Amino acid sequence: MKCAYYPGCSLESSSAAYDVSVREVADMLRIELLEIDDWNCCGATEYFSQDELTAAAVVARNLALVDPQLDQLVAPCAACYLNLKKTDHLMAENPKLCEKVNQALAAGGLHHRPGRVRVRHLLDVIHTDVGEAAVRDKVVRPLSGVRVAPYYGCQVVRPFTDFDNPEYPMKLDELFTWLGAEVVDYPAKAYCCGGHMTQISESQAFELIRRLLQCAASRNADLIACMCPMCQLNLDAYQGQVNGHFRSNFSLPIVFFTQLLGVAFGIEAKRLGFGKEIVPAETVIRDRLGLPELSNVPQT
Amino acid sequence: MAERVGVYVCHCGSNIAGTVDVEDVAKWASENIADVAVSREYKFMCSSLGQQIIEEDIKTQGLSRVVVAACSPLLHEKTFRRACEHAGLNPYLFQMANIREQVSWVTEDKTAATQKAKLSVAAAAQRIKHQRPLQPSQVSVNPATLVVGGGIAGIQATLELADSGYHVYLVEREPSIGGHMAQFDKTFPTLDCSACILTPKMSEVGQHEHVTLLTYSELEEVSGSVGNFKVKVRKRARHVKEDVCNGCGICSQKCPKKLIDHGFEAGFGQRKAIYTPFPQAVPRTPVIDTEACVWFQRQKCRVCEKLCPAGAIDFEQQDQIVELEVGNIILATGWKLFDCTKLPQYGYRRLPNVYSAMEFERMCNAAGPTSGKIVLRDGKTEPESVAIIHCVGSRDSGHHSYCSNVCCMAALKFGHLVLEKTNADVYSFYIDLRTSHKDYEEFYQRLLGEGMHFVRGKVAEVTNADRMPLETGKLIVQLEDTLLGRQRRVPVDMVILMGALEPQADATEVGRTCGIACGAAGWFTERHPKLDPVATMTDGIFVAGVCQGPKDIPASVAQGAAAAARVGGMIAKGTVTIEPITASVDEERCSGCRICNALCPYSAIEFDEEKEVSRVNVALCKGCGTCVAACPAGAITGAHFTDDQILAEIEGALWDVRPSGGEQPAAGALVQCAVDSG
Repeated sequence: MKCAYYPGCSLESSSAAYDVSVREVADMLRIELLEIDDWNCCGATEYFSQDELTAAAVVARNLALVDPQLDQLVAPCAACYLNLKKTDHLMAENPKLCEKVNQALAAGGLHHRPGRVRVRHLLDVIHTDVGEAAVRDKVVRPLSGVRVAPYYGCQVVRPFTDFDNPEYPMKLDELFTWLGAEVVDYPAKAYCCGGHMTQISESQAFELIRRLLQCAASRNADLIACMCPMCQLNLDAYQGQVNGHFRSNFSLPIVFFTQLLGVAFGIEAKRLGFGKEIVPAETVIRDRLGLPELSNVPQT
Repeated sequence: MAERVGVYVCHCGSNIAGTVDVEDVAKWASENIADVAVSREYKFMCSSLGQQIIEEDIKTQGLSRVVVAACSPLLHEKTFRRACEHAGLNPYLFQMANIREQVSWVTEDKTAATQKAKLSVAAAAQRIKHQRPLQPSQVSVNPATLVVGGGIAGIQATLELADSGYHVYLVEREPSIGGHMAQFDKTFPTLDCSACILTPKMSEVGQHEHVTLLTYSELEEVSGSVGNFKVKVRKRARHVKEDVCNGCGICSQKCPKKLIDHGFEAGFGQRKAIYTPFPQAVPRTPVIDTEACVWFQRQKCRVCEKLCPAGAIDFEQQDQIVELEVGNIILATGWKLFDCTKLPQYGYRRLPNVYSAMEFERMCNAAGPTSGKIVLRDGKTEPESVAIIHCVGSRDSGHHSYCSNVCCMAALKFGHLVLEKTNADVYSFYIDLRTSHKDYEEFYQRLLGEGMHFVRGKVAEVTNADRMPLETGKLIVQLEDTLLGRQRRVPVDMVILMGALEPQADATEVGRTCGIACGAAGWFTERHPKLDPVATMTDGIFVAGVCQGPKDIPASVAQGAAAAARVGGMIAKGTVTIEPITASVDEERCSGCRICNALCPYSAIEFDEEKEVSRVNVALCKGCGTCVAACPAGAITGAHFTDDQILAEIEGALWDVRPSGGEQPAAGALVQCAVDSG
């Protein structure tokens, strides 16, 4: 299948590992991702609370730029996914806003008709369209023995509930089962990571991060697999500070779910962006899988 | 001779007169519509004075047709028909124009309303000149009754009728009657032992000379109509001969196959492959669950057969179709519990110490799997704290928008039982507490006194993700306490989910079999929500108990008795009047193509092989008109809905677009028009 691809800013910088692993895995599963030419920032979580019209116009530009031959758009970043979906939804619900957004887009010779492009998260595409049989078929290195805590966060499963239960999602759990991993029943799976709260109130943010880490650690998870650059950054980059704040000693690698998919598919670790994370993941995976060097595994 | 039509326009207080200029309508009718001999308006036509005006006019003015422009014919058609009949006019020479529900209540525009009221009157007045006198027929009522569902509502209906000397066939899907009430330990608010008040009624049904009990059986087909239904019931093979078995129970004791009982024990206990659901079951005859039985699955065992002292086991037994003839049917098919796994945030089936309300009923029951002890899933630890979560699946736009009516009181009952049997703290997490029947509020006050904690708020989640030392090993109930205005985390050992009451999975199908409808939530639709709560839109089919909407035991019993009273009244009268609005075939014109035979939804059309013509059985015909429209030869006429009547009505309704000069378009021209436009 062919889909337009919107990487978003995070995937170009702090979450480059997500971008490379998404591309590798999509390639393996024959999902052709065609990056939108000249895409721009989605405005992240803040813009919509400032000025709805401008925020929507900024996002709608990306929707308008989708190749007219394509009717689906994949966004791996949770915030981008939500903003793209929200904008399309707002424009469909509110004709006045739609008209104003399109007036703005017209300045650049663009137009967006709500509903033309279906915005989807990569997990949905892999779980629903590729499906269990095809995923299992690609697994050459089952993740047996790796205890994974699947972490969904907020924005992929709420408020749009197209493909999973918003209260206790299961699709990522199922995906890891297909990969042969030991999936930890992780009741904090849809809790908030704090988002940008680290910049506003550290102590609040640290408690939100701590409850996620503690819940995974107390269930003997080897690592947490996430779907959102913000979640990954908060849990990984602030883990040391959280340890300092609470005198805890968490040492949980935080990876993107696509990186683990890549490992199971036998893709070389360095092509999956391993090594960019702060709490190192590669050794954990290597130990659990009993493999001397991940990169030595033969390709299919 | 020209007809003499009387037109009566009702004010309905200000219901109609507030929007429609009733005087203008009456005046207009007398001045414009041909053959209108009298045209009046009156405050309340349905009052006895109003009816008297009509009766007087029929007698003194020699009216041959009557039109009343008022409310919906569903409300007062019968009233005015009776008035006409009283004055010696055939009731089918009366017609109603609905200018309330279809005019005054749907607009505030007085000009438009008055105009539409005139057209409605014109339509009725034009049509009525073509109406012909009809005679209703009488059919006798079979005094036997079918009751579907052997819960408390069905049991009550059965006993009321049987005690009056009328025969009842009681069909129950499960191996025993008793329904949900048999599963309960106590009943609110009196804390009567549920079994103690139910089982006497059950055994009365089992032994009653006027009751034929068909358990482990399901309704399969219903044909015929009020007074004379023909019913097919599938009596599933029990694999135990009912007439031979003495109910000694050795078979169940010795059966080697144990499995979780998702029926009577609500998934909380076990049963054998050959089983009677509970000790007081009626009948006592066990059934073999062929899905579980070792013999049926692997052709080994037959232990029950070897040990049965009566020789009652019959592995060869087949399902039987039992044909019954009854005059009336009462549906009391009950409900099922909401599947709490649909709210995964509450952890049902994921977190071991989260229980559904029915599981907890079984836990409390002295005859249940824990002998009535309130313990955690390990079977021995008594909880130190118990949370009861209300409105699980009820009052929830994602699941059921309705209130399930009984859960608040059941939660109070649970609270009482926990406080009585353990030292645990009990929390009720509620949105609103609804205790609105006799002695119910007093029961709530009692629980307040007993120390049950009431916390107002919709629970966000039940989790085992502990964050504080006190939470370790506990289930944490997270919610916003809307009275305190803050988030709370309440650590407990046990959680009980008060799941919604849901319609049975096959309620729609059962409704269709009996020709009745279900509302949006899936409950059976009664004829009138206030004034006719146990009858349905299909004559001879009644509903009782929760299948009509969530209700508690007293209300279910009341409905069971009410439905029985309605049926008893019909049996006592002995006959029912059949509307003469039926189809008839002109045998001269019938080509014998039989298209109508298959189309008739009531199987009312028979084919005369000898004469090669179709014929309508008027006892079965409902006058729906399907055959009339379908007949390619135009050989079928629907009484009271003939072509000339309908075309005249259309002419009247289109009065304002008639050719100028007051000239009426001939009906023939309209027919031509219809033919031309295909």
